[in-house]
Amino acid sequence: MAAPVIEARGLGLTFQTNDGPVHALKDVNLTIDKGDFVSFIGPSGCGKTTFLRAVAALEHPTEGTLTVNGMTPDAARQARAYGYVFQAAGLYPWRTIAGNIKLPLEIMGFDRAEQAARVDRVLELVELKGFGNKFPWQLSGGMQQRASIARALAFDADILLMDEPFGALDEIVRDHLNEQLLDLWARTGKTIGFVTHSIPEAVYLSTRIVVMSPRPGRITDVIESPLPRERPLDIRDTPQFIEIAHRVREGLRAGHEHV
Amino acid sequence: MAGRFVARVLPVLTVVLAILVIWYGAAIWMNAQWTRDQAARAGQEVTFIEILRDTMAQDRPVLPAPHQVAAELWNSTVVEELTSRRGIVQSGTLSNRSLIYHGWITLSATLLGFVIGSGLGIALAIGIVHNRAMDQSVMPWAIASQTIPILAIAPMIIVVLNSVGVTGLLPKAIISAYLSFFPVVVGMVKGLRAPDHMQLDLMKTYNASRAQVFAKLRLPSSMPYLFASLKVGIAASLVGAIVGELPTGAVAGLGARLLAGSYYGQTVQIWSALIGAAVLAGLMVGLIGLLQRRTLRRMGMAR
Repeated sequence: MAAPVIEARGLGLTFQTNDGPVHALKDVNLTIDKGDFVSFIGPSGCGKTTFLRAVAALEHPTEGTLTVNGMTPDAARQARAYGYVFQAAGLYPWRTIAGNIKLPLEIMGFDRAEQAARVDRVLELVELKGFGNKFPWQLSGGMQQRASIARALAFDADILLMDEPFGALDEIVRDHLNEQLLDLWARTGKTIGFVTHSIPEAVYLSTRIVVMSPRPGRITDVIESPLPRERPLDIRDTPQFIEIAHRVREGLRAGHEHV
Repeated sequence: MAGRFVARVLPVLTVVLAILVIWYGAAIWMNAQWTRDQAARAGQEVTFIEILRDTMAQDRPVLPAPHQVAAELWNSTVVEELTSRRGIVQSGTLSNRSLIYHGWITLSATLLGFVIGSGLGIALAIGIVHNRAMDQSVMPWAIASQTIPILAIAPMIIVVLNSVGVTGLLPKAIISAYLSFFPVVVGMVKGLRAPDHMQLDLMKTYNASRAQVFAKLRLPSSMPYLFASLKVGIAASLVGAIVGELPTGAVAGLGARLLAGSYYGQTVQIWSALIGAAVLAGLMVGLIGLLQRRTLRRMGMAR
């Protein structure tokens, strides 16, 4: 079997605050394999975002080990192992959509022809072909978020880390983007780490669902989804889907009883 | 189209008209005493109509009437340059009695001071944002520098620079810069810190260097702040240049005109120099506004 893409062993992360230490993560063990779509779900303060940020080397664990592609998170970042998508699209208003997608490419030193070719390719991937010359304010919120996904895809990282990317969007747009994201995942074979508040979103998208609970932030359940990889939107009405959603909800409730 | 024009021009005209009415009223009220004193000294009675007529045309009124200032402005610019022996038409150089000449002297010091001041301001802001030691040490000094009255420090700057042989344009420009660097520092620090955590984190995920974060994120983010502070800065520059002309007993510049006017009680000359300075400031701020609109539009930030 291939080496895991992301591996956490006994991972702990404690923030020192004025009110004493806060255990954002405690004794987290998790293995994510290539091509997995892993969702992290749990209430605020359960450490799901902190875990993702630790993978991206935006936070640094205080205990245990964390490897990304067999490297430390810092080394993985230098090797451009991942693209990160935040809750807000965070496109630069002074750059066009194409200009925004070029941003990481410029920083990483791709030549101009390569930049243009990659912009075209990822714009097509997120179905924004023809919008390259528009400015962000000319696009809807959902389109902006798609552009930010394109930006994260542009430099060919194998891992896509997404921190509540659709959290600020309305339900209809969110459904559409979920469908598109699955399609994109199927076509690119990326490994995706996805933080969400929404049970249906987690169940619909993931091959594995990591249920977390707060104080201290920890994993309470890891659910392997039996759903097929090919998922039309109406799979959400099947008994299988509802059963998984139920188990996630149970896991979340159990997490709360410990508090 | 016509409707929009009226909607834009009408409020401005109304305000201008109100200012003129108040100005004329104040001129009559303030200048009347002199007219009455003159009449009393000559043992004559004056009617209200005579007072009105006199207050509009005194040689050294307490408050010159608007048309007197307008006439002086016209005479000391266009008429002086076109018809006077020393004017540009007959002598080939600007007349030293014309407001254009004096305005140019002040403008050159203002612009040089503005360039020095805003350059210094931007440089300090970059230092403050990138260096912890500078962040904690520079700002208090910058604030302290602005609490010293410029009228107190301007003569010192002139004297000190004069003693090391620096005279002419530069001392005035330095006083100008002293006033104009501050708004630029404050505005640019705010602007360079405008990007939020998320945008800085995004740069981190790209493994961007500090220079790249500066060039691609901080600098473009700061543009709206920069232009706002440049507008304040250029007006402060003009004040600095005029103040710099006062303690030197300068013979040229708007400050010199103000000083000479006050020595000889030439209130009309003082007021026309003031209006000249105001017009200059308005033009410069307008020019920066134009630059701002063009830049932000090219950056796609103005809709």
